[in-house]
Amino acid sequence: MAETTQFELVSPERLVLSRDVEMVVIPGSEGYFGVLPRHSPMLTTLMPGVIDIHEGGSIVDRIFVAGGFAEVTEDRCTVLAEGATPLAEVDVSATEKTISDTKEILKDTSDAVEQEKLQEKISNMEAMLAAKRLVG
Amino acid sequence: MPNLKDLKVRINSVKSTQKITSAMKMVAAAKLRRAQDAAEQARPYAKSMERMIVTLAGNVVPGSGPKLLSGTGKDESYLIVVATADRGLCGGFNSNIVRAARRKITELENAGKKVALLTVGRKAKDQLRRTHSKLIVKSVENLARTTIGFEQADTIARELIHRFDEGEFDTCLMFYNRFQSAMTQIVTEQQLIPAKVPELSGDEDKGGASAKALYEYEPDEEGILSALLPRNVATQVFTALLENSASEHGARMTAMDSATRNAGEMIDKLTLTYNRTRQAYITKELIEIISGAEAL
Repeated sequence: MAETTQFELVSPERLVLSRDVEMVVIPGSEGYFGVLPRHSPMLTTLMPGVIDIHEGGSIVDRIFVAGGFAEVTEDRCTVLAEGATPLAEVDVSATEKTISDTKEILKDTSDAVEQEKLQEKISNMEAMLAAKRLVG
Repeated sequence: MPNLKDLKVRINSVKSTQKITSAMKMVAAAKLRRAQDAAEQARPYAKSMERMIVTLAGNVVPGSGPKLLSGTGKDESYLIVVATADRGLCGGFNSNIVRAARRKITELENAGKKVALLTVGRKAKDQLRRTHSKLIVKSVENLARTTIGFEQADTIARELIHRFDEGEFDTCLMFYNRFQSAMTQIVTEQQLIPAKVPELSGDEDKGGASAKALYEYEPDEEGILSALLPRNVATQVFTALLENSASEHGARMTAMDSATRNAGEMIDKLTLTYNRTRQAYITKELIEIISGAEAL
């Protein structure tokens, strides 16, 4: 069996995924990068995008993350995601509806902090939809 | 001699109180388990977050770096976040936090500092409004309708950071109850802003060792830190809220358990009095009959 690295995906609420993988591709803020075993240690921020888990030369899992951080060491790769949704579970029409609903709420809020938060939520969901459409 | 009817009524009322407290105890026990689970599940994230902060902060020259880490350089105004439950009937849970917060407020005010309060939970607001109503800048309520979500913590954290950026305060402290067991909760004072970096030494597990390794940074240390620190505030608030909710249910369970026991004791005592009184009445009536018969 090929060498593996321990991949962990954690969201604030729970440990989403923990498994040994051959390679993961992570949406870093400076571009997508692949992590193989014995990758040099690095810390990076993430952009909204899709994490691909490769095994045996093909993608076995695709998970959308709405940003966060990744820590890579030689034997381990930890992703702190702000929200993680398996791409297969993304419901396009439901998400579209949430986006338009959120936009409605945004129009009615005057609080700056709240506005910023909603804006982020919308852009995250739009990124999720874009990712979903790209994969088809 | 006490009235039999009155005693009966009292016994029944204590009995129904006992039913309520024992039901509340059961509910609290179930909720406690859920809250503990949630706290447990949130731990990996908080741990990894902490590890990253430690790694990064070690590379930042003291005094430089984002304000969330190094502070404003002043030490004049404080924002105190007081987190309690929305509901009472959980022993000294709420009062303990409020008391600790009050002590801190007095201490800070005596030292000539400016203090503002942000209350989380209805009880904190209710109790602090009486003495410090002018200091409360914002109140958050209705957190624990279901389980606490990260979004709620995030909202509070954003509020804090927003106020910090506006220069409203230099230091932010948070008061909450750390869960130790269902019996004991520890009132904890935690500094949220500027971020407190945990000591590396003494941490000998895998995380501590790898933190010393050389990392590459993308985009750069500063960039990551300025993204990471606000998240860290949110994570700490989230952890605190989860601990608080576990503590709340633990405290309520213990309080309701002893209330149920007290009610049981009371019922026993009242029943004894009731029986004694009943017999006294019977004896009295018998004596009356007998002495009546003898008089003939």
